[in-house]
Amino acid sequence: MSKVLMKGNEAVGAAAIAAGCRYFFGYPITPQSEVPEYLSRELPKVGGVFVQAESEVAAINMVYGAAGAGGRVLTSSSSPGIALKQEGISYLAGAELPCVIVDMMRGGPGLGSIQPSQTDYFLATRGGGNGDYRLLVLAPSDVQELVDLIMLGFDLADEYRSPVMVLGDGMIGQMMEPVEFKEDLKREAPEKPWATTGTKGQRKPNIINSLYLEAELLEEHNIHLQEKYAKMREKEVRVETYNIENADLVFAAYGTTARIVKTAISKLEEEGYKVGLIRPITLFPYPYDTFKNINPNCKGVLTVEMNAGQMIDDVKIAVEGKIPTYFYGRTGGMVPGPAEIADKAREILGGVR
Amino acid sequence: MDERIIIAGFGGQGVMAIGQMLTYAGMIEGRKVSWLPSYGPEMRGGTANCNVIISDKPVGSPLVEEATSVIVLNKPSLDKFEGNVVKGGNLFINTSLIDRKSTRDDINVYYIPANDIATELGNPKVTNMVMLGAYLEVTKVVSIESIYEAFGKVFGETKMHLLPINKEAIERGAKLAREQIKVEA
Repeated sequence: MSKVLMKGNEAVGAAAIAAGCRYFFGYPITPQSEVPEYLSRELPKVGGVFVQAESEVAAINMVYGAAGAGGRVLTSSSSPGIALKQEGISYLAGAELPCVIVDMMRGGPGLGSIQPSQTDYFLATRGGGNGDYRLLVLAPSDVQELVDLIMLGFDLADEYRSPVMVLGDGMIGQMMEPVEFKEDLKREAPEKPWATTGTKGQRKPNIINSLYLEAELLEEHNIHLQEKYAKMREKEVRVETYNIENADLVFAAYGTTARIVKTAISKLEEEGYKVGLIRPITLFPYPYDTFKNINPNCKGVLTVEMNAGQMIDDVKIAVEGKIPTYFYGRTGGMVPGPAEIADKAREILGGVR
Repeated sequence: MDERIIIAGFGGQGVMAIGQMLTYAGMIEGRKVSWLPSYGPEMRGGTANCNVIISDKPVGSPLVEEATSVIVLNKPSLDKFEGNVVKGGNLFINTSLIDRKSTRDDINVYYIPANDIATELGNPKVTNMVMLGAYLEVTKVVSIESIYEAFGKVFGETKMHLLPINKEAIERGAKLAREQIKVEA
């Protein structure tokens, strides 16, 4: 298939449909409103269901219902809306229901701004809702990768019976880039024998639930969930690296910030600096082991984020105190430019080239 | 090629649209491209801008700080983005709405009375196309054929009957720019 130019938000909708998603429940919020706009137009054409719910809380509970009935379901929002959905997300994780949740992050806290940010890293990777649960968290850096990860996200959600979060930001949602929908990626949702589709008198009722009043049973359930997360840690780590074995300074950045860092890297290389990059594509599971391959004489790892320092906690866990860590970030919806990132790198590197 | 463009003006002047046309045309010609809009709480009459990158290399930052070309359709945009043009780069000024000259002497500046020409052609909506024509003539970043193909992609096939007047606007802008291109001795 040939390439088309698409806005990130529209590409989310197109990728979901291509992945076999037929249910969307959401509530509009900038900077992701093109997702529901696109799907309200396109889902009915393929026999799908689009509902603009009365609130984010209603939307996530509709997701719970449709996922419980075995559908491939999508919801999307931006930071304050995702915050409202946390109770439902915890329930989805507890009841082991597959779905894809898109968060096009904007500045916070509170209603914040509508400009790009990465302030929901903690929310996404540490669990914004109650209980010991994790989400698979995917962080695309360009619109093509956004398409690929949405499609992969539906498969992973079904495979692990777990909600998957795709963590983007206002920039990737609003920008246009060429995308290709690989025909062979088109797929049907797998059989879901656990779904509540009606017994037809043939089997015992399936029950979708996250309530376990007996502590022994709930602990058993928790052990099962943790085994699932351990399997994700073992099998699903995805990361892009560049020149980390030889670098005097390694950047750590994800999403759109990583591509801005790449431009800063080109600038620094032209000046003769040796710099590298670790770009986590999965934020949970986090690519901790990748940091073991960094040049041991490296002067530091510089984490760049559009927040006041969140992923840097995982970077610190990863380097185990063996390499100094530094941080550069902008907040409130301000996007760091390549020049200021390169300045920070030069400051750390001193004269080392 | 590594063309980094800022296009700015009032909301409603079509700055997003010509940015999309350039992006589409670049893609048609096999380049790496990106289009990034400003999306503040803007409305008709407010300011709007977009960043376009057309390159041979994969696009890193879609955000343009050091622009090879800046196209401004109103005065606030000139004030805001004049400093972003790299040394030796191009600045296109819509003189119909901007009553001052550029203060830079290290860049190439083109003065285009775009609204006046569009009005002369009988449709003020093609102001943006006059600016686009001037830009294409100077930079030759994409071919005019690709731009016409992109027109259908951006505005939809139902708007193809408007292509002739848009072509005319592009050609008028190109002619004005041609007259201003400095002949290197």
